[in-house]
Amino acid sequence: MTRVLLFGRLSDIAGWREKTLEPAPARLSDLRALLAADDAALGEALAAPGVQVALDQVLARDDAPLSARSEVAFLPPMSGG
Amino acid sequence: MISLTDQGFDPGPLLSGFCRGRAETGAVASFTGLARAEGGETRILELEAYPGFTETQIGAIAETAKTRFELHDLMIVHRIGQIAPGEPIVFVATAAAHRRAAFEACDYLMDYLKSRAPFWKKEHGPDGARWIEPRAQDHEDIARWA
Repeated sequence: MTRVLLFGRLSDIAGWREKTLEPAPARLSDLRALLAADDAALGEALAAPGVQVALDQVLARDDAPLSARSEVAFLPPMSGG
Repeated sequence: MISLTDQGFDPGPLLSGFCRGRAETGAVASFTGLARAEGGETRILELEAYPGFTETQIGAIAETAKTRFELHDLMIVHRIGQIAPGEPIVFVATAAAHRRAAFEACDYLMDYLKSRAPFWKKEHGPDGARWIEPRAQDHEDIARWA
């Protein structure tokens, strides 16, 4: 089971903030492909420059393997203050 | 101390509390950021964080700042949720032996918070809502510390 979280403009594009995928994709890149197949606009937004990915709350690379219970968060460019 | 809050805060008491009981601290610098109305373009600013991750990331940069500027202490309070124009959105205070380090650390922490801390900011105005992303100036600001 993979818990997917979208932040900022990504959740507006997708129309959801959180989703659970079962079974868990093998890698982060597989998860991206699944999401893009389901929603091309979201797939494109996730691949845009400046979008980072956190795997279990740690910034991760695209080929990172997912465990049976991972939390994956897609983070568009950040802006506080 | 690092805290995220969905409640409004008053920077005055935060600063007084931060200054209390410091016999060896020669300098405290603070910064308060307020939400701007942008001439009526912004009615509400909405700030989103990633609970847990946001605090961890800010904590890591706070540790870097403590070491780099030899700080005695620091405090960061950041609003999340809906913020009206004129309300404080962020408060940063730094304590050091001398003023230069306290000023610089405050500046450094704010540059970091503007473009690297995990927050997402949406402006609600008369013509709808839009996400705010870091400006070129914000990237230039943080590049000064490399």
